[in-house]
Amino acid sequence: MTRVILSALASHWRRNPLQLITLLAGLALATALWSGVQAINAEARSSYDAAAATLGEGQFAQITARDGQPISQQRYVALRRAGWAVSPVIEGRLNGVRIVGLEPLTAPGGLGPVGAGGGADIGAFLSGAGQIFAREDTLARLTGTGAQGVVAQDAAPNTAVTDIGLAQRLLARPDQIDRLIVAPDQPLTRRPLAEVAPDLIQSAAAEGGDVARLTDSFHLNLTAFGLLSFAVGLFIVHGAIGLAFEQRRPMVRTLRALGAPLGRLIALMAVELAVLGLIAGGLGVGLGYLIAAALLPDVAATLRGLYGADVSGQLALRPVWWISGLAIALGGTAVAASGALWSLARMPLLSGVQTRAWAMARNSKVGAAASVVLLVLSAALAVWGQGLLAGFVMLGALLIGGALALPPLLSLVLTLAEARARGPVSQWFWADTRQQVPGLSLALMALLLAMAANVGVSTMVSSFRLTFTGFLDQRLASELYVSAEDATQAAAILAIAQDQADAVLPLLSADRQVAGLPAQVYGARDHATYRVNWQFLRAVPGVWDSLARGEGVLINEQMYRRAGLDLGSVVAVGPGASLAVLGIYGDYGNPIGQVIVTENVFRSLFPDITALRFGLRTVPDRVAALRTRLQEGAGVPDGAMIDQAAIKALSLSVFERTFTVTTALNVLTLAVAGFAILMSLLTLAAMRLPQLAPVWALGLTRTRLALLDLLRAVVLAALTGALALPLGLALAWALLAVVNVEAFGWRLPMYLFPIDYLRLGGLALLAATLAALWPAWRLSRTPPAHLLGVFRHER
Amino acid sequence: MNVKALMLLLLLLPPQAVAQGFAGLGTQSEGFAMPTPDRVLTFPADHGAHPDFRIEWWYLTANMTGPDGTPYGLQWTLFRSALAPHDGQGWDTPQLWMGHAAITTPDAHYVAERLARGGIGQAGVAAAPFSAWIDDWVMQGPDFEHLRLTASGPDFAYDVNLTATGPLVLHGQGGYSVKSAAGQASHYYSQPFFDLSGTLTLPGGDVAVTGRAWLDREWSSQPLAADQQGWDWFSLSFDTGEKLMGFVLRGNTDYTAATWIDAGGQATALVDGAFAAAPLNRHSVAGRQVPTAWQVRLPDRGVDVTVTALNPDAWMQTSVPYWEGPVAVTGSHTGVGYLEMTGYDN
Amino acid sequence: MLLCLRDVVKTYPGPGAAVLGGVSFDLDRGAMLALTGESGSGKSTLLHLIGGLDTADSGMVSIEGTDLTPLDDGGRAALRRGTVGVIFQQFNLIPSLTVAANIAFQARLSGRHDPDRDRVLATRLGLSDHLHKYPEQLSGGQQQRVAIARTLAPQPKLVLADEPTGNLDEATADGVLNLLRDLVEETGAGLILVTHSERLAARLPRRLHLQAGRLA
Repeated sequence: MTRVILSALASHWRRNPLQLITLLAGLALATALWSGVQAINAEARSSYDAAAATLGEGQFAQITARDGQPISQQRYVALRRAGWAVSPVIEGRLNGVRIVGLEPLTAPGGLGPVGAGGGADIGAFLSGAGQIFAREDTLARLTGTGAQGVVAQDAAPNTAVTDIGLAQRLLARPDQIDRLIVAPDQPLTRRPLAEVAPDLIQSAAAEGGDVARLTDSFHLNLTAFGLLSFAVGLFIVHGAIGLAFEQRRPMVRTLRALGAPLGRLIALMAVELAVLGLIAGGLGVGLGYLIAAALLPDVAATLRGLYGADVSGQLALRPVWWISGLAIALGGTAVAASGALWSLARMPLLSGVQTRAWAMARNSKVGAAASVVLLVLSAALAVWGQGLLAGFVMLGALLIGGALALPPLLSLVLTLAEARARGPVSQWFWADTRQQVPGLSLALMALLLAMAANVGVSTMVSSFRLTFTGFLDQRLASELYVSAEDATQAAAILAIAQDQADAVLPLLSADRQVAGLPAQVYGARDHATYRVNWQFLRAVPGVWDSLARGEGVLINEQMYRRAGLDLGSVVAVGPGASLAVLGIYGDYGNPIGQVIVTENVFRSLFPDITALRFGLRTVPDRVAALRTRLQEGAGVPDGAMIDQAAIKALSLSVFERTFTVTTALNVLTLAVAGFAILMSLLTLAAMRLPQLAPVWALGLTRTRLALLDLLRAVVLAALTGALALPLGLALAWALLAVVNVEAFGWRLPMYLFPIDYLRLGGLALLAATLAALWPAWRLSRTPPAHLLGVFRHER
Repeated sequence: MNVKALMLLLLLLPPQAVAQGFAGLGTQSEGFAMPTPDRVLTFPADHGAHPDFRIEWWYLTANMTGPDGTPYGLQWTLFRSALAPHDGQGWDTPQLWMGHAAITTPDAHYVAERLARGGIGQAGVAAAPFSAWIDDWVMQGPDFEHLRLTASGPDFAYDVNLTATGPLVLHGQGGYSVKSAAGQASHYYSQPFFDLSGTLTLPGGDVAVTGRAWLDREWSSQPLAADQQGWDWFSLSFDTGEKLMGFVLRGNTDYTAATWIDAGGQATALVDGAFAAAPLNRHSVAGRQVPTAWQVRLPDRGVDVTVTALNPDAWMQTSVPYWEGPVAVTGSHTGVGYLEMTGYDN
Repeated sequence: MLLCLRDVVKTYPGPGAAVLGGVSFDLDRGAMLALTGESGSGKSTLLHLIGGLDTADSGMVSIEGTDLTPLDDGGRAALRRGTVGVIFQQFNLIPSLTVAANIAFQARLSGRHDPDRDRVLATRLGLSDHLHKYPEQLSGGQQQRVAIARTLAPQPKLVLADEPTGNLDEATADGVLNLLRDLVEETGAGLILVTHSERLAARLPRRLHLQAGRLA
C-alpha cells in the first residue's frame, strides 16, 4: 500500500515539475541566504579564534612596558633570573604579514605551534635558518627570509609564527621584546615586579580577544542580516510548503476516499517533505557557500581595514554549515509543514476542497490580533526592556508583528480604493486585487521583511558611516600625527614642530581604573582645535573654559552609560584628584572608558609621563614638507607619522567595501522575495482561471487581463513597500538605539537616506514586476478553450 | 655512572633519532668532540661547560635530616645540550639548558623544571668563580668547594650551603668512564664529600636541614650504545665513611661499572661484572612498574646490602620522566644514598 | 444480508444543515436500489455514512454483519479499500496518473490487483484506446467511466454511486448508468444509486425516497 500511495504522491511532481522546482528553489534560496551570511560570520569568527589559538596569549596574563614601548631583552633575562616564569613575544609586520616571534622553551603550554607535534622539529625551529609556521597563502608572501616555511592550516590568517630570534632579525629589531607572557604557575620565591622592573606592568588574562570585541559591532550587523534573511526565508519556506500542500489537497482527499489511511498518508508526506528538505537544504548550503565565497573578500577587507583584524579571504567548507544549513532547511520545512499537515489531518473527507486562500482569509483576524500583540510587546520592550536578549526579542516581535499586520492593512487600503473606483473595470480590478491578498500574503510578507531589512540595515550602515567619518573629523583634527620612540626624539620633534607647524598638541595618556572600569586618561591642551571640532552629546555651558581651568573632566559615552556618571558626577581620576563631569562625548568603537582632563591637571597627576605622540596643525599643503623635515631633522621613520588625509581616505574606502557587502545582500534578499512572489502567482494562476474567465467572456482581452495582472503585482509591491519603509526605520532605530547600546554601550545617531530608500523601492518594484511577468505572459497565451472549459465543467 | 638523563635531547632531536636509546643518548654525534682516555682533566677549567660536546650535566643529590630526624632528599640538576658543537651570543646560540629540581620527603615529592636558551644570559656555567644557573636557580660560590644552591617551584623552594670536606673523585680511568662493551664513554668526575646545611621551603613551612651532598659532573657526545634502553644508578654513602658509585646499563647484555671510594677519597674503578644489582620488588608509579628496593652486591669489598627508597613515589614528571630519589642502605653496610632509574616505559 | 441500517441519526451543526432523523432499511446481497430526494434531503449524507466516509451520531450501520460505528479511521479506510466502492459525482480521479494507473489504483491499494480484470473493464467501458491518456484529456463521460472501472476493479461487495451522472448530459448519463448496472450485476455486488432524477431511479428495481431526513 505504501508503494501505491508513494507512487501517487510522486506522480504529482512528475506531472507538475514546475511546482517541484519552485518548492525546491524556495527552500534552497532561503537556506542559501541564511547559510551564506552564517558562513561569512563563522569564517570571520573562526579567523579570530585561530588568531587566539595560534598564540593562545589571551589565556595568560601579560607584562608590558608602562609607556607602551618595547622591552629590552636584558629585562626579560633579569625577570627570569628573579624567578618570574615569563616568555618573550615580539610582533611586527613584514610584507603586510603579522610576524609573531615566540620562545618555545619558556612558552607556557598551549602557546604557539611548536611542540604541538605535526611537523614541529624544535631543532630546526631554533637553529640554522629557522622555520616559519603559517598558512600556505601567508607563506607565499614571505619569500626571501631564508627560513623553512611550514604549512600550518589552523594558524590565523595572515599571521606567521616563528622563533623570537628569527623574528627579531626579520623585523630588524634586535634585542627587543614587545610583551612577556606570564605562565599560570609561578615559583614560590619570585621577587615582586615593582622591585625587579618598576617600568613594567602586568595585566590580567583577557577574557576575549580585543579584536573580537571590536569587530563585534560589525558582526552584529551581519547577524542582524542573518536573522532578517532567516525570517524572510522562513516565510518563503512556509509559503512554498503551504502551496505544495494546497496543490495536492484534492488528491489527498481522493486517496482517502479510496481507502488510504490518514495516518499513513501523513507519515508518507512528512517523509517525502523531509527528503525534499534535505535535497533543497543541500542545494541551499552549496549556494550559500557560493554567496559567501563571493562576498568574503570584501568582508575580509572591511574587517582588516576597520579593525585591523585579519580574516582569511578564502572560505573553508565547514561541516557546521552543512549541519546548520540542513537543520534550517529541515526545521523550516517542519515548522511550515506541521501547520499544513495539521490542516490536512483535520480536513473533512467530504466537504468541497477549500482553497488555502479562504483559510487565510478566515485566519486574517487572528493574524491582525497577533500583530497588535507583538507590536505592543515590541514597544513595551523598547521602553522598559533591559539587556541584549530583550533587544533581540524586541527586534523579532517588531518584525513578525509588522509582517502579520500587512494583510489586514492591504485589505483595508484596497477596500478604500474599491469604494472610490468609478469605472467597472477599475472596480473589478480593486476587488479582484483584494481577493488576491490572502493567496499572496505570504509572498508579500516576505517582500515586506526583505525591504524592511534592507531599509533597516542600510540605514544602520549609512548612519554608522556618517557618524564614524564625523567622529574621525573630530578626533583627527590635526593634519599630522607623529610618534616618538623616546623622550630624546620627542624633544627633537618638538623643536622642529614649534618652528614649522602652526600648533603642537601633545597627546598624553595613561591607563588606569576609573570608577571601577578600565579606562584611559587623556591630557588635552587648551587649544582652538578642540573647541572647534569637538562635539558633545551633552555638556555644561562654557565647558572648554571650565576644563581649561581644571575644574572638571570630559568622559566618553561608555563611562556615562556603564559607570552611570552624569554631568556633575564626581570622578576620581588620580590620587587625591576628584573632578566633576563637564561633558559627555561619543566615542565610537572604543571598548573601554575614556576620561579627558586638561593638560596641566594631567601633568600634575602623572608627572612621570612625557608626551611621545603629538598632533601637528598646519595647512594641508605643507604636510608633505613637514614630514620630510621631521624625517630628516628628528629621524622619525615614515611609519611613525600618520597623515590625517590618508587615514580618512582609508576609512572611506573601508566603508565602501562595507557597502558592497550590504548592497549585495540587499539585492539577494529582494531576489528571494521576488521569487516568492513568482511562486505564489504561478500557483494562483490556475485557481484564478474561474475568476478571470467571466471577465474575459464579458469583453476584456487576454492581453488586457495580463497587463492588469502585471499592474496588480506592481500595486501590491508598492503598497507593501510603503509599509516596509516605516517598519525598516523602526528596525534601524531598534538596532542603533537599543541593540547597539545593550551590546556595546554606545548609541549611534540615526540619519535618514531618502534617496537610498527610493532606490530600494525601485528595486522592489522591479523584483515584483519581473516576478509577475511570466505568469502574465502565460495568461495572455492561455488558449480560449481553457477559459471556456471553466464554463463547461462548473467547478 | 651518572649517565644522568640528558632528557633535553628528546626535545631537541627529530623523533626518528629518539628511538635510539634512552632520551636519544645513543645517537650518532658527528661534528662533536668525543671523550678520549688520554684527556687529563684540569680544574677549575673543567668545572665549566664544554660546548663542543653534545651533552653535559651538573648533577647534585643530597641526603638530609630535619630537626626532628625526618629524612629528606634533594636534587639540583643543570643539563646542557648542544644542537651544534659551538657556543655563541644571542638567540642563534645552539646551546640549550634544562634544570630539574626536587625535594623528596617520606610522603611527598616536589618537582620543578626549567628550560632556557644559551647565548642570552638566562642560563649558563662559569668555571671560576664557579657559577651554574638557570633563571633564579643557582649553584655558585667563590670556588668549587664552597657553594650556595637554590631552586624553587610553584610549591617548594630550597636554599642551602655546601662545603667540600674531601677531594674530587675521578671515575673510570682518570675520569674516562666507559659505558658499554662497544666502548661508548664519557668524562665523569664527582665531588661526593659535601657537607650541607640550609633551609627547605615546603607547603607546611620552612625546615632547617643538615646532611651530605654528592655532585656529579659528566660530559660526552654519545655515552650509550644503541641497544641500551636505560640504567639503574646508585650513589651510596656508608656510615663507615666509605662510598660506592655503581650502575647497570640495561641492554642486550647488561653492562656494569662501579667506583669504590674510601673514607679519605681514594677511588678504585671496578670492571664490568664486579658490581651487581637485582630488583627486589616492583612499585607502581605514574603508570609504570619501577623497582624501588634492590639487592646491591660488590663481593670484592664484601658489600651485600638492601637499598630501599625513602619514598617509592619519587617520580620526576618532567619533559623526559624518570625516577630519582633518596634511599636507605641496610645489610652488610648501612648508610644513605640516591637511586636513579631510567627507561622504565609504560 | 449485505447492509443493515437501524435508526441512523446524523446532525450537522449550523443552520440549514442536512439532518438524518432515524433511517432504517436493509439491502440483500446483489440487490440494487435507488435513493432519491430533494437537494438537502440527506441522501448524500446517508450514502457517506454507509461508505464509512462519515460517522453517524446514533443508530447502527452494518455491512455483512460488521457494525461500522465503532471503527476508527483506519478501520473505515480498510472498509473503503475492500468491501465498499464509492463513485463520486466529481469523478475524483487522480489527475497525475494515467487512465490505466487510475483504473488499477484502488485494486492495488486493496492488494487485489488483477490486470486481466482491468483489461476486461476497460474494454467493457470503452476505455481501451485511452489507457495512456491523463484524465484531463478525457470528456466527462469518459472520466466517469474510468471512475467506475476503478471502483469495480477490486470487486467490492457494495457499490455506492453518488449522482454519478450529475455532470453528464442525458444520453451519456443513460449509457453510463446502463454500463454501471450491468457490470454490478455481473459481479453480484449490491448497488445504491443516489440520484435526484426520477427517470434514472425508475431503472432500478427498488427505490427509497428521503424527505427531510426520513424515509417516505
